[in-house]
Formats: sequence, structure tokens, C-alpha cells
Amino acid sequence: MKQGRLNLVLGGAITALLVGMALASLVWTPYPPTHIDIVHRLAAPSAAHWLGTDPFGRDVLSMIMAGARSSLSVALIAVAVGAGIGIPLGALAAAGGEWVDQAVMRASDLAFAFPALLTAVMIAALAGPGEANAMLAIGIFNIPVFARVTRGAALSVRERDYITAARAVGRSETAVMLRHVLPNISAMLLVQVTIQFALAIVADAGLAYVGLGTQPPDPSWGRMLNDAQTFVFHAPLLAVFPGLAITLAVLGLNLLGDGLRDRLDPRGR
Amino acid sequence: MIRTFAVVLAALLAAASAQAKDSLSLGMVLEPPHLDPTAGAASAIREVTYANIYEGLVRIDAMGKVQPALAASWTISPDGLTYTFRLRTGVTFHDGAPFDCATVMFSYGRAAAADSVNAQKGLFEPIARTDCPDPATAVVTLKRPTASFLFGMGWGDAAMLSPASVATDKTNPVGTGPFRFTRWVRGDRIELERFPGYWGAAPKLTTVTFRFITDPTAAVAAVLAGDLDAFPNFPAPEALDRVRADSRFTVVVGTTEGKTILALNDARKPFDDVRVRRALAYAIDRRALIEAVMSGYGAPIGSHYVPTDPGYVDLTGVYPYDPARAKALLAEAGVRPGTTITIKLPPPAYARRGGEVIAAYLEQVGITAKLVPVEWAQWLDTVFRRSDFDATVISHTEARDLDIYARDTYYFNYHSEPYRALFRDYQAAVDPRRQLDLVGQLQRRLAEDEPNVFLFALAKVGVWNAGLRGMWTNSPIPANDVTAVSWAE
Repeated sequence: MKQGRLNLVLGGAITALLVGMALASLVWTPYPPTHIDIVHRLAAPSAAHWLGTDPFGRDVLSMIMAGARSSLSVALIAVAVGAGIGIPLGALAAAGGEWVDQAVMRASDLAFAFPALLTAVMIAALAGPGEANAMLAIGIFNIPVFARVTRGAALSVRERDYITAARAVGRSETAVMLRHVLPNISAMLLVQVTIQFALAIVADAGLAYVGLGTQPPDPSWGRMLNDAQTFVFHAPLLAVFPGLAITLAVLGLNLLGDGLRDRLDPRGR
Repeated sequence: MIRTFAVVLAALLAAASAQAKDSLSLGMVLEPPHLDPTAGAASAIREVTYANIYEGLVRIDAMGKVQPALAASWTISPDGLTYTFRLRTGVTFHDGAPFDCATVMFSYGRAAAADSVNAQKGLFEPIARTDCPDPATAVVTLKRPTASFLFGMGWGDAAMLSPASVATDKTNPVGTGPFRFTRWVRGDRIELERFPGYWGAAPKLTTVTFRFITDPTAAVAAVLAGDLDAFPNFPAPEALDRVRADSRFTVVVGTTEGKTILALNDARKPFDDVRVRRALAYAIDRRALIEAVMSGYGAPIGSHYVPTDPGYVDLTGVYPYDPARAKALLAEAGVRPGTTITIKLPPPAYARRGGEVIAAYLEQVGITAKLVPVEWAQWLDTVFRRSDFDATVISHTEARDLDIYARDTYYFNYHSEPYRALFRDYQAAVDPRRQLDLVGQLQRRLAEDEPNVFLFALAKVGVWNAGLRGMWTNSPIPANDVTAVSWAE
């Protein structure tokens, strides 16, 4: 219990910091994130540039902040797409009878057969690189995840007595699902959202790293990592900061997810 | 007994390693679209085939001088109209077909024909006819004296092709060179082997592998791991200090003919207005660009001509970095702040990174540049062939190619009658001093009209195994001539 609380606080704090940074970047960054200043290229961290500058003299802190905005918005939309389509599909599979269940689940098995990032690379390669396509690609591979989790949870809840009771008083399947089943599995879904959010951030960074995500000049963590590679002998910190940002984001969201699960899961109480 | 065994083993190992040192694996950034230099503009074609697979009557050496190749010698008539080439005898193509004057007639005729797909058709345009008084003599008569004719006949575009194999040279190149083609693994490598029937001195190497690695990070890794013996145009200048510090490698920074430009589509708005083109030239700080993109390797240029070529005029001061001036010119031309243009970026790092820096400079004068990365084949098709682009960053590696601005159709759509007239004068000039004077005028005219924004001359950053000898240190023409390459004993 104590551990769970710590997770919740720590994860919440890191996530809040990240979201705060992303929101702040909309109105303010120390320097414009795409502003180049070649005279001061590859500067070490200093009072003027807290995290130093990149090979073009861009301020790394400003890029990390703008990158947070990009990463979080990609992850947000991707998870929204995944949950928005996956949860109704999962609910349908749980409530819709044998045939519907089979169809939805076999389709999601098929989607699962492809490694997630490969699916995203395929979609991004077909639709072209870019932030919107990264959102779509990551969103699509999130659909079967949410569909499965929802179906599994819904099926187990549907066996409970209060659901049988609700059905006994003549509630329709739809009403049972909406009024009784979904509210009772929402905690689990929320936890899943935080996990998928963290995975989406990693996927976004991976796509950007291979050149299929956010396009230059818009900053993104993944591309910063890629750009830093050949400079690793000169300026190793260039690779450290975006790497740290990704790690922190994932750590924060995972801790938050764990904390939430401990808090919300009735079995943990 | 054991000692004898050890000695034998050591000798065997030494023999094995000595034997291994007659192959070469060489890295290139771009993969050629095909392997026929007489049918495509991509430098990568020449970087595999030039002097290695195909030969012309003459060749360009590492110093940029014209040297005998399939012609052992030649004479030029006093009026500059008749070139008599004495051809080498006993030369055969890799497929066994003989080389003689008929091949010359065929090759030049094909390149100059109305339906020719030669990327440098202009080189052959001055040819009135080719005659064969005997199989070992080729007499080329020109319509008018042409200053650059012999130099042009040393280009990859003027390679001698056998009539029998010409239809399949794109995928199965057949030349007269010291190496013949063995295998092409698309997306990965091209392999050559020594041609035993070569007419000249046999090369030291028995096999040569060209490997294609676009990503600078992968290039650095491949070199440091020893997977490649050489990367003659190393794409990661920022990692050079690291490579230089390693005694396994030789690092040589030389010059190329690569004129790196922000090419503009002069037929499209707003680039049809010279004020806009000049504004872009004022908006970009070339020295800073070289620093940021090439780690300082490279020299600024102010026209389509590099400092190492004869008759170079320093025009880098025509458009000094002056964003205020750029803004004023844009306002005068009616280009509103916030105007968006698209810059297509081919894979080389100078383009991808250069594009980012250029976009940042343009942003400062109120132009938003949308960057679109394109693959190499896609660039050749959309930008180069179909002229479907606003702007692009590209390096023109052909030597002294002022002619591209005088063409009727060329991808950046520059049409200037005064320039064409100057160019005709230059081509017809016989007096070397007059030629140099006209070369200067051509450069000035280009700087004046700024059809493209001239950025910098690409440096040749060469990295190779310290045991390699005979690599070119400069690139007077696009080539990876490995015919004289060997391993130190």
C-alpha cells in the first residue's frame, strides 16, 4: 500500500512535470526551438543554455520542451484512437455472442501477430512520414490491445451476480454493458491507458528515430537521438538528454499506472 | 615438433592474411539507379563504373588532367576542328566483342542521336561526323571549335559501349575496363572482379565491392568496425576527429567538383522573380552553413563553379549574409511574410541537414520552408526528370558544367538568352585567354541572375584503411577509380 502510494505520487509528479513542460512550450521556451545560432553550436550546458546546444546551435532544453509537446500529443491521439475504437470493439465481442466475438478476436489476433512497431513502420511507410501518420500508426496498433483487455474484463464482470440481477429485471444487453459492465472495468482500462501511453511515447520516438515520425524542423526526441549519434564522440550529452526525457516519460507513466492500479483495483484493497 | 608446427601455422596465417589483401570493399552514400553512364545523370553510376568497368577514348586522371585511355594518342588540327585518335589495338570488351573504330562511331553516334538519352548530350552536339580510315584510327570532325571537347570525352558519359551489349548495360554493364561486373545485390552492394583479358597493366586488386550506406551513423560504424576498407566520400565529417585519432585509418580532405546549391524552380512563382532569388541568397549565411552541416569542410561559392577550376572568379561577396536586405527584396517582390515553400531533400546528409539549416534561415526572413525528405530514385524522377519541385538541395558533381544553364530544358528552368550567347562564345573560343575571360563572364552572369542559390563546394572527405595506396584524394570528376589501388606490403 505504501509502495503504491509512492508510485502514484512519484509517477504523478513526473507526468505532471512532463505535461507542464509540453504545455509551457506552447507559449514559452528559453529560445525558439528551431532557432539556429551556428556561432554557439555544440555549446556545453551553461547559464545561457541549460542543456547546451546542438550542431546547429539550437537550444537543447527548448527542443526537449517542444519535443515533449510533440511526443505527448502523438501519444494522446494514438491512445485516444486505440481506446476509442478498441473499447467498443471489445465490449461488442463480450456482449455480441459467439460469432461477433470470434470475428473481433481473430482479427485482433491477426493484428497481434505483427510486432507493434513493425505495424507502425508499415503504416508510416505506406502513408508517408509525418506526425499525423505516426499518430494513426500507433493508434491502429493500440486498437487490438484495448479490444482484448476490454473483452476479457467485461466477460469476467458479466458473470457477477449484480449483472445477472440487472439482466433479470429486463435490462437490455446494451444497457447492461453501458450502465453496469463498463463502469466496473473502467479502473482497469484507465491503468491500461497509462501503459499504452508510455508505449506510444516509445513508439513515437522509435518512428521519429528512423525518420518516419515528426519531420524536421519540428523537434522530436527520437530524431534528436538519431541526430546525436554521429556527434557522440564530440558531444555525448546531446544523446543523453533526449534519451533521459524518453526514459523519464516512460518511467513516470508506468509508475503512475502501477500506482493507479494499486489504488483502484478492488482486489488490491 | 611443436615449434615446427607453430612456425608452419604462423606462415600459413601470414600467407592467408597476405592473400586476403587483394580485395577492396568501398562505401558509397547513394546506390546508382542503374549502371549505364551514357544513359543517366546520377553520379553514383560513375562512382562505380568510371575507369573500373568502362573506358572512353581519353580519361580524366586524379589531377583533373586529360590522359590517354582507349586512344593511345591524338592530334588536333590547327583550326581546332579535326581530332585524330590513334586507338589501342587488341582491346576486347568483357563479353569478348572487339573494340575498334566502329565502336567509336557507334558510341558517339548513339550519344549524339536525336533519341539519345545521354545526360550530357551537349558534349556530343559539336560532333559533325566520325570517320574510320582504318580500324585503329578514329577521326572526329567538329562543327565548330569546341574548347571543352576533349575534356568532355573523358567523362563517364563518353564511355565506349559495345553495340552487342548496349541494351543490357544498365543491369549487366560490359566495358573494356580492368574490372568486370559480377553481381548486384539491390539495396546493398555491387561486386566487380579483375578482368583477365584487360589490354593494359593488370590492377592489383582481384575483387572490388561497392557497398551502399546512406545513414551517416551506419557509415561511421561500418568504418570503425573495419567492415569497409574505404569510404571515399565519408558522410559524417563530424566524426572525423574520432577516425583520425585511430591509427588504422588514413583521413584525407580534398576537393570535389560538387557545387552544392539550393536549386530553385525558376519557372514557378515566386522564384521566377530574380529579386526573390537574390533575397534567398542574402538570407543564407554560407560560412555558418558549412560549419553546421559539414563541420567546416567545404568552401563557399558564389556561382556554379568551384575554386579549384580554371578561370574561377570569387563571387562569394555578391550576396553577403544580410537578412534585412533579403526582407526588403522580398517585400519589394510582393512576397508576404509567412509564404510557404517546399524544399525536397534527397538522402545525402548535406541535403537533409542543410535543408534544416536553410529552413531556419528562411524563417528569419519570413519564408516558411516545408521540408520533404525524398528517396534518391524519387528525387531523380520527380525533381530532376519532371521538374516537379519548388526548391531542393543538391550537389552537382560534374566538372565545369556551366553548360547546364544554357540548355533548353533542365530541371531548374533557367532561360537566359544573354547567358546562352555567352556560352556559345565560350564554346567557340580557341584562344585560352579568351576562354578564361568568358568563363569569368559566365560565372558573373550566373551570380547576377542567381538562378539557384549557390552555397558551397563539397569537400572530399576520404577515409580509408591506412594500408591502402592509390586512392584519389580529390574528385575532379565523380569517380571511385580503383584501378591503381593496392595494399601496402
